[in-house]
Amino acid sequence: MVDTVEPRPAPAAGEAQSEAAARRRGPVPNWVITVGSLVVLIGAWEIFGRDVNPVFGSYPSAIFEAAVALARSGKLWTALLDSLRPFAVGYALAIVIGVPLGLIIGRFRVVEAAIGIYITAGYAMPLVALVPLLILWLGLGFTVKVAIIFLLSVFPICINTWLGVTAVPKTLIEVGKSFVAPNSVILRRIILPATLPYIMAGIRLAVGRAVVAMVIAEFFTSISGLGAIIITSANNFDTATTFVPIIIIMLLAVALNFLIGAVERWVAPWQAEIAGRDE
Amino acid sequence: MGEVTLHEVSKQFSLRVGGAPHTVQALSRVSFTVRDGEIVSLIGPSGCGKTTALRIAMGLETASAGKVTVDGREVKGCGHDRGMVFQFAELLPWLTALQNVMFGLEMKGMRGAELRDTATRYLELVGLKDSLDRRPHQLSGGMKQRVGIARALAIDPKVLLMDEPFGALDAQTRETMQAELLDLHARTGKTILFVTHDLDEAVLIADRIVVIKSGMVQEIMTVPLKRPRPDLGIVRGTAEFAETRYRVWKALHESGGKLH
Repeated sequence: MVDTVEPRPAPAAGEAQSEAAARRRGPVPNWVITVGSLVVLIGAWEIFGRDVNPVFGSYPSAIFEAAVALARSGKLWTALLDSLRPFAVGYALAIVIGVPLGLIIGRFRVVEAAIGIYITAGYAMPLVALVPLLILWLGLGFTVKVAIIFLLSVFPICINTWLGVTAVPKTLIEVGKSFVAPNSVILRRIILPATLPYIMAGIRLAVGRAVVAMVIAEFFTSISGLGAIIITSANNFDTATTFVPIIIIMLLAVALNFLIGAVERWVAPWQAEIAGRDE
Repeated sequence: MGEVTLHEVSKQFSLRVGGAPHTVQALSRVSFTVRDGEIVSLIGPSGCGKTTALRIAMGLETASAGKVTVDGREVKGCGHDRGMVFQFAELLPWLTALQNVMFGLEMKGMRGAELRDTATRYLELVGLKDSLDRRPHQLSGGMKQRVGIARALAIDPKVLLMDEPFGALDAQTRETMQAELLDLHARTGKTILFVTHDLDEAVLIADRIVVIKSGMVQEIMTVPLKRPRPDLGIVRGTAEFAETRYRVWKALHESGGKLH
């Protein structure tokens, strides 16, 4: 259960703590450290990558040239769009279905006993093995890609939400009860906000799985999108071009992670203010 | 009116200790009354069942036997006739002080301008006029508990049930809060059942003290101190305070009561 984690302690963002946070972080801002790490890694790759036979490996400047060529020909943009459409639909569906399902499983003992086991099992399901069956059911087009992305990303979201609900302090629920709040209000106004950090952690974890699912879908159903560029260029031993979609997909995942982090600070600002890293 | 009575309330818990089932008798036929406008302290060593008695009175737990009445009417579950102040305030961390107080009022069905005004008024009553929009993590321990008290008072319950509300505060803040509670009581005349394990606190604020040991009422004593008590420092210096404190201390240390 590697994908089920505690909500990440967000760096302090409250105005009260910003000064203390700055002191704690020290004189070097985080982004400088990240950029420095990237420069070292990419620089080393550039230097040592050049000694490798271009069929077996590549290096950053060659990959960049290949990316420019792909972008000029317009192939990159059509591929990106082809990939992102099923990704967006499948991932959004996973959130829309996974979160309420997790809330209900976590809240109601009977539901947990009845269907919790399928969620736990589904999480570990070897989905790649099911792809041929999904193709039989749903064909080779858009629908099956959405289904694959949905199936891989819904479980971490659902399980994390479920876990979050069971971690809500009992006393907060008792606050609701003592003011005679109906069950629906307790669920919506106490359990949901208290679970938000866990939900956001699940949504974050699902990004990685959804991106992997996207590529799997493009490899095993109708070959299209960024996955198609990977396959055709690899078949032509054009290793530099093969790396272009791989790096774009990684960048996509990183960008989505940032975006989700921003959404989290927006919907659950109190969390960033309560939690903090102590370094 | 606001009178709460526990009638022969008993409570058994079942739990497993090292795999073997155990039945714990948390309360045995506990009976006492908090009269209208009175403050009653419920005191006893930790694990004696005092918090359980309060939770049963609130309706957060059910009695195995016996019943709880408010103004003669038996209560089933939680109700707006009782307001609970929790040990650690238990404010909803995503709501501001004002929204926390409004939450209780909304559950009572209040809406619109009245809702906001009432919540503001009660926060002013506990001295938090300038902190309406602060979230709990921006409030000190004492301020949090003031919000907790305002939240319970705002729904205008007949009885205020307080579960060691000042137990987690530092000594100075606790003394301030005790004085403020008495002031609030003088102004609102609320009936208060107050659970504490602090001898001084039990005597300082109460009209009567119920001593509980091993789930049984050991003694009920009247505090011979007059109201109002505007200066608790003076009260501490009186002979009545010292004598009552000693009587409670003795009741707590006598080896009476059946041990389980």
